[in-house]
Amino acid sequence: MSLVQELNNKALRLGVPLSVHLDVTYRCNERCEHCYLEHDDRGEMSSSEIYDVLQQLASAGVFFLTISGGEPLVRRDCMEIIGRARELGFNVKLKTNAVLIREKEAIRLRELGVEQVQISIYSHRSEVHDSVTKLPGSLRRSLAGIRLLRKHGMKVTLANVLMRSNLADGEGVRALAAEVGANYRIDPTVTPMMNGNTDILRLRVPTSELHSIFRNSDLVGDVETFCAPPPPVDDGIREGYPCSAGHTACYVSPYADVFPCVQFPLPCGNLRGEKFIDIWERSPQMLEVRSIRGKDLPTCSSCSHLGTCTRCPGLAYMEGNMRGPSSADCEKSFVRTGIVTAGMLARRGTANPRDLVQISSM
Amino acid sequence: MIEKYPLRGTQLASRVLDGEVIIMSAADSTLFSLNPVASVIWQAADGRTPLSAIVREHICEEFDIDPETASRDAEAFAEELKSHGILQLLDGPIPAAPQATESA
Ligand code: SF4
Ligand code: SF4
Repeated sequence: MSLVQELNNKALRLGVPLSVHLDVTYRCNERCEHCYLEHDDRGEMSSSEIYDVLQQLASAGVFFLTISGGEPLVRRDCMEIIGRARELGFNVKLKTNAVLIREKEAIRLRELGVEQVQISIYSHRSEVHDSVTKLPGSLRRSLAGIRLLRKHGMKVTLANVLMRSNLADGEGVRALAAEVGANYRIDPTVTPMMNGNTDILRLRVPTSELHSIFRNSDLVGDVETFCAPPPPVDDGIREGYPCSAGHTACYVSPYADVFPCVQFPLPCGNLRGEKFIDIWERSPQMLEVRSIRGKDLPTCSSCSHLGTCTRCPGLAYMEGNMRGPSSADCEKSFVRTGIVTAGMLARRGTANPRDLVQISSM
Repeated sequence: MIEKYPLRGTQLASRVLDGEVIIMSAADSTLFSLNPVASVIWQAADGRTPLSAIVREHICEEFDIDPETASRDAEAFAEELKSHGILQLLDGPIPAAPQATESA
């Protein structure tokens, strides 16, 4: 077992939120077409409120802290927030579009000992990238920021959200990552907006294309393993919990709301009126999420994919039932293996009009 | 033996979890989990306390080990932590300036 797994198991046993994603703002200098956020400021936490939250997170045992947004660097106090987080011993990962990173910021991030910076790049071609971000010149500026980060020794990951519009450019972004000495990560999941609006799902990669992505060893590693049929569902799988959300991880919004995950908008409490540890340990919503095991899922518990499916309870929640299937993951399980899923069968029976993804036969 | 003053590195993240120190180095994203003796050295490594004092005041007492074994173990652990960039082993104490010595 790797040390990271051991650490996770220990955190799970102790009930410690090992990882927290903190969005310091929803404001952004880009307007990405697939973004799930509303960008108006509805009352962000002040610097001192954030410092207090950081202190509470450190006391609760949080170790991995992702600072993100919106674009975190539009906050003038962003570097102070990061500095405070580092003083408190967090392992900090920063998610930014890098548009605002100049020499000074790159040097500062390095000095502060930020572990890595993740930057979303949609294409190696300006016309494609900029049409996703709706900010002219954004690829040029992001790349300049990335090069400065690399020059000053920062570890950088390029995150490539694949959608209909940039599907052909995955290889280009991968080559770009190699050229600047960055890691590369693809993400074929476009999620609904946090306000429940599902319009942006039309941007998702179509099923037919997902099929070729999942069979491209450059993108998924060993195709045979990736697309292998799921193992038989045993007691370990039935007693297992779906993911880290609410177990060893959670999310804090710029408005001090606490959720099980950035992709799981179930409000569990607000840090303006409650202590983090009380929300984490006692909020009924957190306890409910924490109580759910594979065997408790009405449809998925009878699905042969249960052991390997990436079922996201947050996406399922946004579809109306946190214990239900997540149709995006149902689709992925089916496209990976060619084996029909319990969620598909259930939908065929009920033809739910709220379906996020229509699964067509291949 | 020449006296050494252990000092925590600055490019590290750390947290004490159930008495165990976990450390991640930003330089190479490696995760470390320190054993109890190494944890004590790490927590006392302020760049002003000599290793011998850490051994005397913390290790011998907390672990009920004889001074000779404790020094030998402590030196070995300190060297190992140094080899991973987790500690510096200084030849002399750093000047008293708390904000400059606190590592994250
Ligand atoms: S599966 Fe969904 S809810 Fe769980 S950690 Fe991943 S994104 Fe969050
Ligand atoms: S494939 Fe669908 S039904 Fe099966 S476990 Fe995954 S989300 Fe649930």
